Amino acid sequence: MAIAPRPAPSRRAKAASARARRRSAFYQLLAVAAVALLAWWLASTTLQNMRLRGIQSGFDFLWAPAGFEIGEGLLPYQSTDAYWRAFLAGLVNTLRVGVSGIVACTVLGTALGAGRFSANAIVRGVCWGYVELFRNIPLLLQMLTWYLVLTQFLPPIDEPARIAGWIVMSKNGVAFAAGEDSPTLSPEFLAVLLGLSLYTAAFVAEIVRAGIAAVPRGQMEAASALGLPSRRVMRLVVLPQALRIIVPPLTSQYLNLIKNSSLAVAVGYPDLVSIANTSLNQTGRAVECITIIMAVYLALSLLISVLMNRVNRGAAIKER
Amino acid sequence: MSKAMARRRWIAVASACAFLALSAHAGKTLEAIKARGQLVCGVSSGVAGFSQANSAGQWSGLDVDICRALAASILGDAQKVKWVPLVSQQRFAALQSGEIDILSRNTTWTLTRDASLGLTFVGIDFYDGQAFMVPAKSKLKSARQLKNATICVQSGTTTEKNLSDFSRANKLNLKTVVFEQFEAANAAYFSGRCQAYTTDASALASVRSKEAKHPADHVVLPELISKEPLGPAVRRGDDEFFAIARWVLFGLMEAEEYGITQANVATLRDSKDPVIGRLLGTTEDMGKPLGLDRQWLARALQATGNYGEIFERNVGPKSPLGLPRGMNNLWSHGGLHYAPPVR
Repeated sequence: MAIAPRPAPSRRAKAASARARRRSAFYQLLAVAAVALLAWWLASTTLQNMRLRGIQSGFDFLWAPAGFEIGEGLLPYQSTDAYWRAFLAGLVNTLRVGVSGIVACTVLGTALGAGRFSANAIVRGVCWGYVELFRNIPLLLQMLTWYLVLTQFLPPIDEPARIAGWIVMSKNGVAFAAGEDSPTLSPEFLAVLLGLSLYTAAFVAEIVRAGIAAVPRGQMEAASALGLPSRRVMRLVVLPQALRIIVPPLTSQYLNLIKNSSLAVAVGYPDLVSIANTSLNQTGRAVECITIIMAVYLALSLLISVLMNRVNRGAAIKER
Repeated sequence: MSKAMARRRWIAVASACAFLALSAHAGKTLEAIKARGQLVCGVSSGVAGFSQANSAGQWSGLDVDICRALAASILGDAQKVKWVPLVSQQRFAALQSGEIDILSRNTTWTLTRDASLGLTFVGIDFYDGQAFMVPAKSKLKSARQLKNATICVQSGTTTEKNLSDFSRANKLNLKTVVFEQFEAANAAYFSGRCQAYTTDASALASVRSKEAKHPADHVVLPELISKEPLGPAVRRGDDEFFAIARWVLFGLMEAEEYGITQANVATLRDSKDPVIGRLLGTTEDMGKPLGLDRQWLARALQATGNYGEIFERNVGPKSPLGLPRGMNNLWSHGGLHYAPPVR
């Protein structure tokens, strides 16, 4: 394509635009400096006030033995380990429930969102009802409800129920295989996972529905006219285009899910916040423990954003 | 509890931390209390017998009465107290930041807390210890029989550490489920999620009497696995206010020792007993060294009664908690409370 060449800018205009660039760089630098100064001022007055009041501060406590047990976790941990290891165990627990939750809510949400386009009125109605029910009840209530249901209805610890010989259920949780050390999903973990994934799935369903609805009808019709069967129309034509719309808001839902996992503390699941609470109580290092929580959630969120931006770039239209 | 509440709590903790970043000087506590005409007292958000609000918003309990007595001493009116309910994560930050004048919230006195948090414990108003509650049908007689058991724990105290120490020392391999909320811990225990429930013996008695459908179905095992001396704490660095808080507490115990009660405090003004004369300020002025007037203790006793009366009313054998006086009796009756003399 031929584009008419612009007339070369005059020397004066060039100088003006260079000035504007310098000015904007200067203001940006000023803004960054102001923010940094504010942060430094907050940190230094906090430290000074804490010193004045005889409050000991610092992260040295992380290397002292924690001295408390953690109910469950993938990371081997015992109470003689240091606080940092307890925090790490808490982080692993947060990730365990967060990652399972993200997978579960994506699968369920996609199915529900696609179900809104089903030819079957009952399927459409159920999907609609699900979304309206689960996204309108506060997550904490849902989690507590699941926890109460699980702890009420699971059989007592000393008389577990066996299903198909290899699933063992009791108030200790759901275990697979019969061995002593078989992996067990505790009622606390299940309540958090159910709460998080069912709640977030309702939002994911809406995002998927919006994404599919935004693909022009003509695309589908054109694909059908070419003789593609309807499943391939979905897979090859509709979904790739819908993904462009779905991925950015989906990222926010994943971030929400990770952050909402901090509610796990309400049903006794030892996630990062629960461990930080206990540590805070035992050491009294409130500022430090809250700083750790904030830093970890920020890092997790940024990590997810980076990963999802990659996915988004993959889904975007390739300009050739 | 709602999500908004959980969030509010974190905002409260965060804002207490933020307050540390901003406030440079808190001023003398006593002057501040007199100037605002109110004592600001940090209490728990609801532990029966210690601090609890009824449906009309009236607070009662042992921890509450200590604040009432202090307000009566300083301001002459036991009602001039602003109650700030705090969860355990907030409590120290609230005191450090100056949001409250005194923390009277069943808090265990330990070295770490006394020496490194910018606060000082005033004294001990309740001797407690961590215990276990189990269903009666489990037929357990001792906490040492809890091998491989799952234990429900309420977080936010020294509880988790004590439990871990006990488990290791006795090779019990106990598993824990830690709850932030008292209510959630109760619900989990009563649903059978855990074989036992552990927290301070006084709190277990409160749960058993208030929350259990049939209190007789649950027993508190005899072992106390820790020492939990509970007491109020004030900010470090204000020795005047520290002395006032400490001596009001001692004064309440001293009054019990010398038989001064809410009922007879008015008539005892004519007493010839030199000790009673000093306590009530009729002969000697003991308020002056504290920066108060001579009626300081008389007003406190008028408002709440002596320590024994406070105990009986809130947690004693005739209260719903039904705790025996035991360690919490005066030294002269075989207990541990020994107040230095008011003279």
